[in-house]
Amino acid sequence: MKSSNLVFDGSFDGFLSAVFMVFELKLTNATIQCQQWNQNGLFSNDERVLTDQTKANRVWKGLQAKLPQNESLKLYYSFLSEKREIYNILLDVIQYTFGSATDTSRNFTHPSILKISQTAKMVGREKHRMEAFVRFKLTKDGIYFANISPDFNVLPLLLKHFRDRYADQKWIIYDISRNYGLFYNLQNVEVVQMQFPDKFNFSASDTDYFDAIEFEFERLWKDYYQSVTIKSRKNNKLHLQHVPKRYWKYLSEKQ
Amino acid sequence: MSFERIQEKLKILADAAKYDVSCSSSGSKRSNKNKGLGNSKGMGICHTYTEDGRCVSLLKILLTNHCIFDCAYCVTRKSNDIKRAAFKVQEVVELTVNFYRRNYIEGLFLSSGIFKNADYTMERLVAVAKKLRLEENFNGYIHLKSIPGASDELMREAGLYADRLSVNIEIPTVSGLKKLAPDKKHEDFIKPMVKVKNEIIQYKSEIKSIKSTPKYAPAGQSTQMIIGASGENDFQIMQTSNHFYKNFNLKRVYYSGYVPISYDDRLPKIGSEVPMLRENRLYQTDWLMRFYGFHVNEILNPNFQNLDLDIDPKLGWALRNLHEFPIDVNTADKHMLARIPGVGMQSVYKIINARRFRLLNWEHLKKIGISYNRAQYFLTCNSLDFERRDLSAAKIKNLILQQGTSKYSKIFNKQLNLFD
Repeated sequence: MKSSNLVFDGSFDGFLSAVFMVFELKLTNATIQCQQWNQNGLFSNDERVLTDQTKANRVWKGLQAKLPQNESLKLYYSFLSEKREIYNILLDVIQYTFGSATDTSRNFTHPSILKISQTAKMVGREKHRMEAFVRFKLTKDGIYFANISPDFNVLPLLLKHFRDRYADQKWIIYDISRNYGLFYNLQNVEVVQMQFPDKFNFSASDTDYFDAIEFEFERLWKDYYQSVTIKSRKNNKLHLQHVPKRYWKYLSEKQ
Repeated sequence: MSFERIQEKLKILADAAKYDVSCSSSGSKRSNKNKGLGNSKGMGICHTYTEDGRCVSLLKILLTNHCIFDCAYCVTRKSNDIKRAAFKVQEVVELTVNFYRRNYIEGLFLSSGIFKNADYTMERLVAVAKKLRLEENFNGYIHLKSIPGASDELMREAGLYADRLSVNIEIPTVSGLKKLAPDKKHEDFIKPMVKVKNEIIQYKSEIKSIKSTPKYAPAGQSTQMIIGASGENDFQIMQTSNHFYKNFNLKRVYYSGYVPISYDDRLPKIGSEVPMLRENRLYQTDWLMRFYGFHVNEILNPNFQNLDLDIDPKLGWALRNLHEFPIDVNTADKHMLARIPGVGMQSVYKIINARRFRLLNWEHLKKIGISYNRAQYFLTCNSLDFERRDLSAAKIKNLILQQGTSKYSKIFNKQLNLFD
């Protein structure tokens, strides 16, 4: 029998729709692939999955009924890792979950369960890092603007944290590698796409766009950062472990 | 505000505050009300790390470094010839709010040198917190120092606005304190601590019946001890620490390796090494007490007064108690699992859950993430492969040290690297 390869559009609903198809058509040898990674296998059937919210919701509701809340959240977290092989591991876990009578979500001897648990942890860590490393700059329009380029697609996970925290200021957090952002307009948060001027420097604060007071606070913060280091305890290895170099470009104190 | 003046003050007063290690912003829930600023969810966030690898979570500054005391171990002591400065209340408020809005910090850590007297100083600290809460509707984290000797009324008010209060006892023994800070009295440190402790107890009982009871220091109290300044051994330090955890319900005791800052004969000379490894071992012991179910006397007692520097304290305990091992991972209770060297609390959680589905073998344990190098001598699992030799403690220690890649191995192999 030919195996079928289900290609979905990259959205979580799209992925769940693919899972629905596996169950609906009782596919035994199916694989799920994200559009972005699609390659035609020589002996496989590529099949485009239509994203269907009703079907997606049914799968998600089913999982939520079957799993403790933080365990179903782990599935979503690892989905956001965008790792190429994660979709099939997720499918494996979902099939295993629906196939067992009892709660198996903490069977860490099951390779896929352990993998999901570890991947969710990585994504959670990246989310936490973004909550820490986002640096807002006040623009001339009175909006606090920050750009990020996280390893995983964690922006959807950041929404609640920043909305609760900065309820009295307009802000934008923009993922420049995935080209979309969140904009809080004092009422609610919208998803936005922006055009940036050519050669816009995301690491520096350009006087054309940012408020003059911004530079004063950036300087104060930098000074503060310099003053709190205890020179006789310098430990560069530990420092890099906590703030890996790939995050430096958007940290004003490391410029 | 004048940025240049602020900048100068910030440099002086942040520099003076950096020897206070506590920078935690966790343990307090304060939700954003009426579209205010800030929200604390109980989880701390480190917004950056200093080059010495410490978390920067709060804007940690002194209100002033003018001080009437002359404690030998302190940079801001009266007799030290340094630049002095003082912030105005409003300046601290503005700095905090503006740093917070840019997501630089989780909140404010405000300490102070003591000017005029204890109450006068404490009043100023409380004024900052009050202004932040009431005028700026600020729900971020506030950590205030309790000034030794401050009145009960002020301590009560402080707890209404601050999330955490702390008094640094600095010197672990009363005799050490007498030697290094002759004008300070031990009782003065204890008094505000007792007041805060009692207020927290009272708050916790009142909130059960009256929902509107205002929060009181929801993140509790902490303290700090300097390590290696006054000759105490590890046993004395951890006894003191345990005393504070037990009798004052402290959330945290911090250990701070003494950084030489003075030519005073009573103290280690400038240029002598900061005891960072020892500090690390003390923190490990502290964790064993708080999370692993160890009693302090199991790790340090009159017969064993100093921690090993080359191995961690849990391994040290295991080697002194080989009769407790090996432990069967598939049947042992949580308490015993947590005592296996190389198995942390995360692994304990995974082991307990996973073994409900099948008997665990080495493959499972390695994948779960235990440290095999240390654990192999202390446990058995569903595998015929286990340590059969009757090894002595010294032998096991040697085997582990040979196999391991401790980040500290450089320190212990110094003699060998003569020609580097």
